[in-house]
This record gives sequence, C-alpha cells and structure tokens, in this order.
Amino acid sequence: MTSTLLYTVLSLSILGGLLAVILFFVAQKFKVQEDPRIDQVVEALPGANCGGCGFAGCRAFAEFYVNNPEATDYLCPVGGNEVMLRVAQMLGRDAREQAPKVAVLRCNGSCEILPRLNKYDGSPSCTVAADLYGGQTGCSYGCLGMGDCVKACQFDALVMDPDTCLPVVLEDKCTSCGACVKACPRNIIELRPKGPKNRRIYVTCANKDKGAVTRKVCSVGCIGCQLCMKACPFEAITITDNLAYIDPAKCRLCRKCAPVCPAGCIAEINFPPKKQETGNE
Amino acid sequence: MSKTFSIGGIHPDDCKFSRDCPIEDFPIPKRVYISMNQHLGMPAVPVVKKGDPVRVGQLIAEPAGFVSAPVHASVSGTVSDVTPYPDFLGKKVLTVVIDTDGDQWEEGIDRSPEIRHEITSSPEDVFKRISESGIVGLGGAAFPTHVKLTPPEGMKPEYLILNGAECEPYLTADYRLMLEHGQEILLGGELMRRTLGAGVNGIIGIEANKPRAIELMRELTSKSLQWKVVPLKKRYPQGGEKQLIDAVLGRRVASFALPVSTGAIVQNVSTAYAVYEAVQKNKPLISKVLTVSSSDSSIQKNYRFRVGTPIMDILSHAGAMEKDGGLSPQFAKVVNGGPMMGKPVSNLEGPVMKSTSGLLLFTEKETKRKEPGECIRCAKCFEACPMRLQPYLLYQLALAGRTEELEEHRVFDCIECGCCLYTCPAHLPLLDQIRLARNASLKNKRKK
Repeated sequence: MTSTLLYTVLSLSILGGLLAVILFFVAQKFKVQEDPRIDQVVEALPGANCGGCGFAGCRAFAEFYVNNPEATDYLCPVGGNEVMLRVAQMLGRDAREQAPKVAVLRCNGSCEILPRLNKYDGSPSCTVAADLYGGQTGCSYGCLGMGDCVKACQFDALVMDPDTCLPVVLEDKCTSCGACVKACPRNIIELRPKGPKNRRIYVTCANKDKGAVTRKVCSVGCIGCQLCMKACPFEAITITDNLAYIDPAKCRLCRKCAPVCPAGCIAEINFPPKKQETGNE
Repeated sequence: MSKTFSIGGIHPDDCKFSRDCPIEDFPIPKRVYISMNQHLGMPAVPVVKKGDPVRVGQLIAEPAGFVSAPVHASVSGTVSDVTPYPDFLGKKVLTVVIDTDGDQWEEGIDRSPEIRHEITSSPEDVFKRISESGIVGLGGAAFPTHVKLTPPEGMKPEYLILNGAECEPYLTADYRLMLEHGQEILLGGELMRRTLGAGVNGIIGIEANKPRAIELMRELTSKSLQWKVVPLKKRYPQGGEKQLIDAVLGRRVASFALPVSTGAIVQNVSTAYAVYEAVQKNKPLISKVLTVSSSDSSIQKNYRFRVGTPIMDILSHAGAMEKDGGLSPQFAKVVNGGPMMGKPVSNLEGPVMKSTSGLLLFTEKETKRKEPGECIRCAKCFEACPMRLQPYLLYQLALAGRTEELEEHRVFDCIECGCCLYTCPAHLPLLDQIRLARNASLKNKRKK
C-alpha cells in the first residue's frame, strides 16, 4: 500500500522535473522577441478594445504604433491627445495633436414629426428592419429608432429619447470610437470635431431625395434649397444629392446658415442664446 | 391518396376567405408607377422618356441582358416622368410614371374573350413571344420565364409541373384563375411544354383544399395523354419549387443545384395563363390577379389589376382606406404577398408589381408578435424546416456573425418560408436573423 503510494509520488515528481527541464530549454530556444515597449504602451492605453483607432484592439494598435516610427497622425479616440502625448513621450517621438471628435446624429425626424405608416413587429433591431424594408415612416434615409447604436456603444454615451424615438449623444461620455457609426444601417451618425468650446454646427438630415419628396415625408428634412450655401461666407457648405453638408474644417461657426434654413435642420450646439438682431448688419 | 413533400412543413389555417369572390376587373388607375425592377436579374432599361405618348401593351423598357425581362405600358397616356420612385418597401427603384388618358391599346392585341384553342406557333416562336412579353414567374419570385425554359446544356427536362398549390393562407388568386380560366392555363402549359421539346409530360399540382379546381382540371385534362392532375395534401410550403418537385415526383433537389437537375421545371398557373395571353392573344404581361383579404368580411376581393397601380388605389377601392387617405384604423399592417412570406408595405403609394399575388390587411392583434424568450433546444424548428436546416443553430451563428460556419450549415439553402418562425414556441425571430446574415454574406461574396 505504502510502496504503491511512494512509487506514484516518486515517478510523477521525476516526470514533472524532467518535463520542466525540457520546457525550460524549449522556451529558451523558441523565445519570441517582443519589443518590451509594446507592453508599456498597452499599459498606457485605456484598454477599452473598442476598435475606434481602426485596429483590432489596444494591443494591435500598440504593436503597430511601436513598430512604425513615422506614424504620428494616429489617435486613440478614447484616451485622446493626453494619452497619445504620453505614449509618444514614452517612445521619444512627437504626437501631432488631433481635434477631438464627437458623434452627431444627422436626423431630426422624431416620432411626433413622422407619423408611423405601418407597424414593425419583427426583431427589434435597426439592421434587421433596414434589411427588410424602407422603415415605418415614409423616409428611407432617417433614423429607424430601434437603437442599434445604443446597443453598440460601450461607453453608455447614447440613450434613446422615448419622446422623440431618436438616440441622444451624451457629449461628455462620447469617446468618438465610431462603434455607433458602424452599427447604424442608415449611416446617419457622423463623427465631427467637437469644435472650439464644444461649439459646432451641422445639418441634422441625411435625406437625399428631391425637395418635394422630402417635404412630403418629413417637415424637418433638408430639401436642398441652397439658401444655407448662399448664406455661408466661407464656402463651407456644399450641396450634393439634394443634401447640404457643412465641412467642419471650413466652418468658422458664424451661425449665418441656421436662421435661413426653411426646414430648421441646421443644429447649433452649445452656443449662447443669440442676441437680438440689431441694426449693425 | 394525396401526395406531399417529405421533409418538414407546417399546417397553418388556410383562411381562404375570398375563395368564392369572382375576379373583378380593377378600374384603370389615373396614374401608374411601373417599376423597372419587377423581376430577378438586371433591371430593365427604359426606352421612353418624359412626355412620350404610350399605348397599352407598348414596350417601355428593354431587358438589360439574358436574365432580365422587358416591361410594357399597362395603361395608355403620357409618360410624366422616368425617375427613381419608392416601391412598396420604400426603396428607390427606377420607375416609369404614366398619366392615364383613355384606354388605347397597341394594334395586334386580341382583347376578345373567346378562347383560341388551335396552336399555330412553332416552339421557337412561342419562346420568342414569352421572352418579348416580359413574362416572369408569377408565383412570387419573378424569375424571368424564358430563362427557366432554357435548361443548361446536358439537362433534359422530363416534366413540366404547373404549380397550383397556392399553399400560402389567405391567397386565392391562383384558385380563382384556375376556376375561371382553366382552359387558358392548360393551353399556356401546353405551349410551354412544346418549347421544352418532345417527351415532356405535364403535371398540375393542386392542394386538396381546392376540390373544385382539382375536379375542373381533371375534367379538362381527361382526354389528354400528356397532362395529369396530382392532388396534394394541404401543407405549407408545398408551393415552393423544391417542395413541389418532391411532392409530385418524389425527387429531391440537391444543395446549390438547379431544380431542372431533377428533370422537372415548375411554372405557376398564373404564369401559364400569361403565356397563353402572350402567345395566343399577343398580349404582353400587363395585368395579373391579386387577392385583397382581411378578417373583415367586407374586404375580401380578387382583382385583375394593371401593373403599376398604386397600392393605395386598390385598398381604397376595396374599402380599407379612410376618406382622408389613411389606412382604416382597425388595420395595423398591410402585407404584400402571403402572410408567411409576404413583406410589410411601408409605402402605401408604392405600386403593385407583376408578381404581386396579394395585399393582406391585418389588425394589431393578428399581427402582434409575442415577446421572444429563450431557446430551449426543442428542435421544433428543425422538424418544421422543409430544407432540413437547423434554424436554431443558424440563428445563434447569425447573432454571433460567424459567416463561415453559417455557410457550412447550408444557410444558402434557406428558402425563407418562415416555418421555423411560425413553429418556435419561444417566439424567437429566427428567420429575421438568418435572412440578415445570409444577405450580408451574399454581399461579401459579391464583393470578392
């Protein structure tokens, strides 16, 4: 009895010891040389693995960033410039400052404005609905209101507004990782620069139909009337396919476009209330 | 002893409320929207432009290749626009809009109701007429008929099966057509049979819930050596091409194979009727019969409509619309097609198409889906699936986005019949996700 126990323990220990020695040499022989800086960079990154930088995860980004010294224009959207600066200093190179971005919704067709034409009762997902048909309302470009973007956001920066059936971006939580942009089957979420003092102007519509068609289905849709384009002193506004787009790089936030829009679909965010017009102009 | 297919299937209530309503000619609409994409394959190319006068039966769009079909004007009047216009799903499709003015027909079209029995055209002429008349599979898929009648090299059809199964609940358009135009359907079938060459036998498959149609068709084929009627047990989706071949001949179509590989070609009875009209009467495909049905007994009709009539016009004629242009409040949803495979109408101003077989109105209570629960692996979906797929597994794989495994499990064999969804005790949106994943991987394949 005792001897069986003894033999078992002994043979197993010897076997274990042998294997350990073999493993030690194998590990020495096939050691993968990895840049120790990669681990440091991963450590410094936020670790959200959101894919917002365009890589498969934080580690993939770190590997790329460390191995490509000329890569300066990359930005971790979650960490922002602060983290990138720290990482760049760690590697002893420069990081070019990038303008922080935020997700904006290019649709204002709330459920009060767009009456539902039929009843969708399938799988509660925008992607399924968009694949099946043109939507519950007449607009085949606008928000479907089933919240795929909300589900895709891992930072809780999007919530559905039950009154309007539209998602709302919570600015302070949005990291501009772009997960919602990918999740939206209608492509109505855009990443735009946050702008100075978080102030920005954009068109809240994605409808590319002709004006009359748009007008029929939505009272707050862009009809491509070009009034904003003519009002803009900086040529920041272009109209393609009956839809206005404000180029954030050219826009100087003069706010001349918003009041002329007949559909009221140019949003001004975080501006102080406008002063009464005086005779200066 | 009635035959049926061997795998899966379900038994929904047949709800054929409108079976005794004779086909009414729908009044000519004021304006029609004729879509250029009413068939599978390449969209047709318009040959008319804004301001052109057109007559009924005039060619307005040419096919854009072999797998495509021409389109003809269904009314006479003036082309008011050629523009992308939202179809019933709200998706933009290139459309020819015609403002109606009178009812002027192209010369050479025989509009008399007499049946022309003698067949004088040669098989080649018949084939040419079919491809020129814009005939597509009217069972729902709208596959161009001339393509189907051209089997690939080395495949010899032995049977032409006319599909009178009409297994979808509610729909009665094919049934009424068989009762009222049985002889024409047989003639159309005979014409198609002759294009396929010698030694092809004709079979008409009809489900047992249409005894009058079976009786009539039997009587009409009693003197024929080439044609016979096969009664089928009532079961969904018997009208599916692969299921019908299995039911009638007991042959199975392999994965990715064409149905003709089993030696059978399936055509809908409405298609046969359209072939008769095209060849014997020289009339292109510009009208079809559809069923308007609901549980409300006053709204149960069978109409022969002109292609491109706005859905709204048909519904308001049937009495399902309010005076102000909205849908009657009792109905929550309009479905284009049958209740199992039809698609919800999101644009009531959209037109009906060549292949539209029904417009069904459902109340909120009828259409409400129950809250989805958890899969308990009961395998009911597996038992119901007529393609022997594993819907619960495909659903899980689709949710996880595992495309390669989906393909390994034959996701492309899915015929979207909806049996899995119908039978699932947990009310899981099985088909929704499977269809989504399948479409996504199809798109990926095309990109490659």
